[in-house]
Amino acid sequence: MAEEHYLELSENPVQFEHASSVNNVFFDEANKQVFAVRSGGATGVVVKGPDDKSSVAFRMDDKGEVKCIKFSIGNKILAVQRTSKSVVFPDKRSLKLLKSQSINVNWYQYCPETAVILLSTTVQGNVLQPFAFRNGTMTRMTKFEIELPVVPKPAKLTLSERDIAMATIYGQLYVMYLKHHSRTVNSPGAEVVLYHLPREGACKKSHVLKLNTTGKFALNIVDNLIVVHHQSSQTSLIFDTRLKEPDCAVNTHQPVLPARSIHPYRIPLSGPAAVPSQPPVPCQLFNGSWIVLLPPTVHLLQDKGKLMDFLLRRRDCKMVILSVCSQSEKGSLPVVATVFDKLNQVYKEYLEAEQSYTAMESGPSRGGGAQKRPVRTQAVIDQSDMYTHVLSAFTERKDVSHKFIIAVLMEYIRSLNQNQITVQHYLYELVIKTLVQNNLFYMLHQFLQYHVLSDSKPLACLLLSLESTYPPAHQLSLDMLKRLSTANDEIVEVLLSKQQVLGALRFIRSVGGHDNVSARKFLDAARQTGDQMLFYTVFRSFQQRNQRLRGNPSFNPGEHCEEHVAHFKQLFGEQALMKPTTV
Amino acid sequence: MLMISPKMASGAQDKQYTPSLLSFFIYNPTFGPREGEEEKKILFYHPSEIEKNEKIRNVGLCEAIVQFTRTFCPTKPAKSLHTQKNRQFFFEPEENFWIVMVVRNPMIEKPNKDGKPPTIEYQEEELLDTVYGAVVRQCYSMYKLFNGTFGRVMESGGVELLIQKLEKFFYRYLQTLHLQSCDLLDVFGGISFFPLDKMTYLKIQSFVNRVEESLSLIKYTAFLYNDQLIWSGLEQDDMKILYKYLTTSLFPRHSEPELAGRDSPLRPEVTGNLLHYGRFLTGPANLKDPEAKFRFPKIFVSAEDGYEELHLIVYKAMSAAACFMISANVELTREFCEQLDGLVGPQLTLLASDICEQFTINRRISGPEKEPQFKFIYFNHMNLAEKSTIHMRKTASVCLTSVHPDLMKILGDINCDFARVDEDEEIIVKAMTDYWVVGKKSDQRELYVILNQKNANLIEVNEEVKRLCATQFNNIFFLD
Repeated sequence: MAEEHYLELSENPVQFEHASSVNNVFFDEANKQVFAVRSGGATGVVVKGPDDKSSVAFRMDDKGEVKCIKFSIGNKILAVQRTSKSVVFPDKRSLKLLKSQSINVNWYQYCPETAVILLSTTVQGNVLQPFAFRNGTMTRMTKFEIELPVVPKPAKLTLSERDIAMATIYGQLYVMYLKHHSRTVNSPGAEVVLYHLPREGACKKSHVLKLNTTGKFALNIVDNLIVVHHQSSQTSLIFDTRLKEPDCAVNTHQPVLPARSIHPYRIPLSGPAAVPSQPPVPCQLFNGSWIVLLPPTVHLLQDKGKLMDFLLRRRDCKMVILSVCSQSEKGSLPVVATVFDKLNQVYKEYLEAEQSYTAMESGPSRGGGAQKRPVRTQAVIDQSDMYTHVLSAFTERKDVSHKFIIAVLMEYIRSLNQNQITVQHYLYELVIKTLVQNNLFYMLHQFLQYHVLSDSKPLACLLLSLESTYPPAHQLSLDMLKRLSTANDEIVEVLLSKQQVLGALRFIRSVGGHDNVSARKFLDAARQTGDQMLFYTVFRSFQQRNQRLRGNPSFNPGEHCEEHVAHFKQLFGEQALMKPTTV
Repeated sequence: MLMISPKMASGAQDKQYTPSLLSFFIYNPTFGPREGEEEKKILFYHPSEIEKNEKIRNVGLCEAIVQFTRTFCPTKPAKSLHTQKNRQFFFEPEENFWIVMVVRNPMIEKPNKDGKPPTIEYQEEELLDTVYGAVVRQCYSMYKLFNGTFGRVMESGGVELLIQKLEKFFYRYLQTLHLQSCDLLDVFGGISFFPLDKMTYLKIQSFVNRVEESLSLIKYTAFLYNDQLIWSGLEQDDMKILYKYLTTSLFPRHSEPELAGRDSPLRPEVTGNLLHYGRFLTGPANLKDPEAKFRFPKIFVSAEDGYEELHLIVYKAMSAAACFMISANVELTREFCEQLDGLVGPQLTLLASDICEQFTINRRISGPEKEPQFKFIYFNHMNLAEKSTIHMRKTASVCLTSVHPDLMKILGDINCDFARVDEDEEIIVKAMTDYWVVGKKSDQRELYVILNQKNANLIEVNEEVKRLCATQFNNIFFLD
């Protein structure tokens, strides 16, 4: 069952010659490179990384067995260690001592991402001293002690290098300690204890991950998730430190999902050399190449709210989230509401960050304006995403009742409003379309009455188009245009098209636009009604306007009213025309 | 613009009699076409104690009038008959079924000197056909809401059943008619909507949708607050009559137990459930009562194929009331009612306090309620929205107005004028008592304003009304 696996290896394996008596293999965590050194380098060194660009092949003199070999960042300098006390730099031979610290060290670990080195000190090895490197300086950070399950007597080195790892999770550096199950202490299984190591301040025990089993484990960080592999059962557990566990003590975590094995993976055979079916290098070294398959998590995590929390923090989450949304089933309205609220919370935070950034940009720059443009992650699911991938198709579904469809649309609009996000017009359009298709005009009317569908010119025009099937839409539309207060021209057009010429005239006068309107438009409409008295009234009204504006009742040639003047004369005679008053 | 100065009734020592119901009957001429069988035509007659032959005579007279006037206009038979003492209203709601209401004209009793019997003066022109015509139509609508059409009852149980149903319904209903306080609002039969901000409205939407989803038996829901409508899942025409029933009959009968005194019998037993204030206004009064009956009133609403019959559950928490309507084919059980109570009670209680809070906030933002100098009635034919600052709160027994009945009549007259033409109109009237009455009609909306400014001139009154429109109705398109 392929769907049962939620972890798989990257599609592009790094292939290399397996370790043998003539071939040594090394892995550099900082650059994620594998070194295959044949015959001490004399017959070739092949360096490969997860992407092809970083592959290098060269030869060097065999000066004894190589103990360790690494490149500097960008493959500029090669460092080779052949004895325990010397490192050789083949390309550049001078080195300067910047600073020295004298400490008894059992072992060390280095985290290349954060440039922090961790030293194991004291006899038991459980007092850890971190140093941070930055711009060529080395800063001593606060040391801290790892709580050991059993304190041995007499004291001996107890904390092993294998049980400690460093990792960046959600942008913070953590020291992870694999605390094995102890027979003497009554605990159900091994734990991973996370110590938060801030840049400044003391290191603090922050999370405990319950493994609920015993045996050998390996740790990985993938997409801010802690993946714990259990050797004997060949399964992996996933932990998310940000998922709150309501029924547990604070910061104690159970696995997010049930244990599952890694997706089976076959390395394709290629090249003339016989490639072993299993790479000899332990998997946990390939930090960057793990993939968490999100779709299976959807089935494994029943609590949709929790699932959203989990998915929203993953890197490639957008399509999975959208597919979860489109699977809304009847009987799940409160769940749908929760999901929308969680999505819109993230969406709103992004909008706010974006807004304050834009405000900073346009405003006077203060102190260099160090604020960075907010990064739009995949977790930002906006209205257009929802519309395109979920809602639009959802309204077309035949197997769902229109009642539920409308309820879901309203729930989304409610959630947007609750987060003070301006609802886009196309969502309203979708609501209206769905209501109209199901003949639910009274429902639409009520929504408009309470301004659930916010006013806009396009919406008003859409309503106008509904007038033939639902006459009250006319009134709703006019009201909306009125409230917009920028749509006076449209109101005049609507009234004229309804042959309400006097109404249009009274309206334009009430908003003070009488002086600027086109007389011809009104006269056209008045003449079309066939009502002669109406035509007379409108004609005289514009003559009076002309008199007031220009001191002459006649129309300007630019107004193109000659035809109407002739019509007026024909109906009422020359003498009915207003005469210019001489002062 | 039209100027009228109607004559006002006066005479402090005179005794005034308000209009009252003389008789109310329903007949079908096809049920007793032969001579000697006339009694069969009569389906209902109030007052019932009237002698048989008089009933037959009165029905015969109505039949004759309707037949006679038909010769002048076959499509529009007579609607009312004016006589000195009374006025008769005819209404044919279904083919051949006629409802007739006879109302005695208001009258003034003038005492005479020297021990002579007092003179009675009937005020023939005081009653408005539109108002009382609407009352008759409302009687039928209310009957139909609870019983379905006459035709439907005939189909299921023949004339006997129809007679039984009419008797049962109208016997009680006619007692609740208060003809003296009928006015323009009866003509409109409007709905008062509760003003609400968008967010709270959406919460109510969400609540309704969730309840309908969890209790899938529920077909329609209506939501009211403070006796004002917020949401209706029913179509407008059905809601109109249901709203009338709720606000003039059901709600007034169940005054707030929260407001009732500690020892008042109205205050329900607190049976351990202090989580919410929800209670059933129809159906079981107390869920915990082992004898409780789970029977709800049934109502008939329009459906695609004629009518559908529904249980009407009205559930209230504080000032918020939700009406749930469920197909009458389903039998409602204790389990269902308990489930509804458990689900709706807490949510509705919470919503009610939310709405109250929002309402108070909005009121505070819009500033203290300025007591306007004018009283007005607003009605929109499109959504049946009505708003009146003239009427006090309606109760089961009376509908109080704060203005003189003569002014109310002027409003009714203006309304009749509006009904005659399609065009937008404006009518300004100076009443004898120095009040100004203004009626405006713009598209489907009507506004009636009463101004108490006796020294104002026409222009000032016009300006005043413009100002009122600009402040009270600035968010709708209302032509000046």
